[in-house]
Amino acid sequence: MKYLDEFSNPDLARRLVDQIHAVTTRPWAMMEVCGGQTHSIIRHGIDQLLPEGVEMIHGPGCPVCVTPLEIIDKALAIAAQPGVIFCSFGDMLRVPGSSQDLFGIKSAGGDVRVVYSPLDALKLARENPDRQVVFFGIGFETTAPANAMTVYQARRLGIPNFSLLVSHVLVPPAIAAIMESPRCRVQAFLAAGHVCSVMGTAEYPPLAEKYGVPIVVTGFEPLDILEGIRRTLVQLESGRHELENAYPRAVRAEGNVAAMAMLRDVFEVTDRTWRGIGTIPGSGWRLSERYREFDAELRFDVSGLHTQESALCRSGEVLQGLLKPNECAAFGKQCTPRNPLGATMVSSEGACAAYYAYRRLDLVQIS
Amino acid sequence: MCLAVPGRVLSITEVDGTSMAQVDFGGVRKDVCLEYVPDVAVGEYVIVHVGFAIQRLDEASAQETLANFERLGILKEEFGDQAGADR
Repeated sequence: MKYLDEFSNPDLARRLVDQIHAVTTRPWAMMEVCGGQTHSIIRHGIDQLLPEGVEMIHGPGCPVCVTPLEIIDKALAIAAQPGVIFCSFGDMLRVPGSSQDLFGIKSAGGDVRVVYSPLDALKLARENPDRQVVFFGIGFETTAPANAMTVYQARRLGIPNFSLLVSHVLVPPAIAAIMESPRCRVQAFLAAGHVCSVMGTAEYPPLAEKYGVPIVVTGFEPLDILEGIRRTLVQLESGRHELENAYPRAVRAEGNVAAMAMLRDVFEVTDRTWRGIGTIPGSGWRLSERYREFDAELRFDVSGLHTQESALCRSGEVLQGLLKPNECAAFGKQCTPRNPLGATMVSSEGACAAYYAYRRLDLVQIS
Repeated sequence: MCLAVPGRVLSITEVDGTSMAQVDFGGVRKDVCLEYVPDVAVGEYVIVHVGFAIQRLDEASAQETLANFERLGILKEEFGDQAGADR
C-alpha cells in the first residue's frame, strides 16, 4: 500500500511547514497527549521546524510512565511469589519500584516473562495449569481492549489460574486535570490518534467547549503531526475551539463499537493515581464485578506496601508539561536509560527517553 | 508499548471460537486477534496494537488526506501565503 510511505513525504512536509508559518502570527503552546507522538516529534525534529514561539508541550500519554509506584511495587511483590509466572510488556521490566525493578526479581530467580500480547499470557496459563499466571494490565484506551478480551476469554474458556494486575488509565479525565491545574499553559491539544481509534471522538467536544481549547485528533507519522499542528494553529489564530479529526484513515467518530462493548462489560470506571501527578477522579478502569475473580490484587495479598519515590526525580512535572526533560538537574547525569530514576526515562515512549535518544548532542552543547 | 502499527491481513482462521489472523508488518508476521474488526478481509490493512486489530485502515481517507496536503502547497504557490489560512 503506497500511501503508508507517503505520510513521510519530505516535499509534502515542507508544504505543511510553510502553511504552519503562514497561519501563525503569535506564540502558542499546545500539548501532544501521546508519548508516541512525542517520540515522532523529537525524532523528526518537528518542534524545531515550527515558528518561533510555537511550543510543543509533552503530555502524560505514556502508559509505562504514569503507572503508579504502588502498582509497580504490587507487581514486584506478586512476581516474587513462588509458583507465579509474571508476564508483562518489555518496557515495564526496568521501571523502578520503591527498591528494585522486575529485572531484579527475575535475576533473583522469579519467573518474569516478556510477552507480545496478553493472549500470550493466557496461553501460558493454559500450558501451566499448576502455576498462577499474572499479566500486568497497564495502558490507555488503546491497550485496554486487548486486556478486556483476554479476561473475557479466560472466563469463557475456564482458565482459573490467569489473573490481571490492572492499572488502566483514561485520556479525557487527564486532559481535564491538566486544564484545571493553576499552572496550566496548554492552549490546545493534539489528541492521541489510536486512543480515538478505539473510543471515537464523542468525549472531546465537551472538553473543547468547557476549557476553550482546540482538540485535533492526530496520527503519528511526520505529516500527520504537522497537519495536526497546522489545524490547531488555524483554530487558535481564528479564536475557535472545536474538535477536528485529522486522522480519519484510522479514526471514526463512533470509535470501535465492538471494542467499546467489551470494555463496558469487563471494566468499570474508577479513580486512578498517576505516577508523578496524583489521583485523578474517574481516570481509570478496574475489573467489573462480573470479572473480579480475575483481579490479581484480590488473588494475592499485596496490601500494606510502603512506597518510596526517588527524591531527585521530577518526572511528575515533565508529565504535566511543567518541565522539559533537559531542565531536570538529574537528566543525563544520575538519570539515564541505563540507570533511570523515573519511568519517563525508562519507557520507549517517555519524554525523558526521547530527549536522551535524540537530543544528547544539543545537551552536551548546552552544558 | 502504546504504539499501534499498520499491517496487512494475510490469512484468517478461527482458534477456540476466536477470529485470528496472520498479519504482515513489512516482512514480520504475527498472530493477531480480529475480534474487534470482524468484517475485515484478507488483503486489507488493519492497525494492530499488542496483538489486537483495533481498527481498519481506510485507504480512501488516506488518499484524500494526502491530496489535501498536495492542494495546500499548490494553493500557496498560486496565491501566496494567504491561501489555506482559513482552512
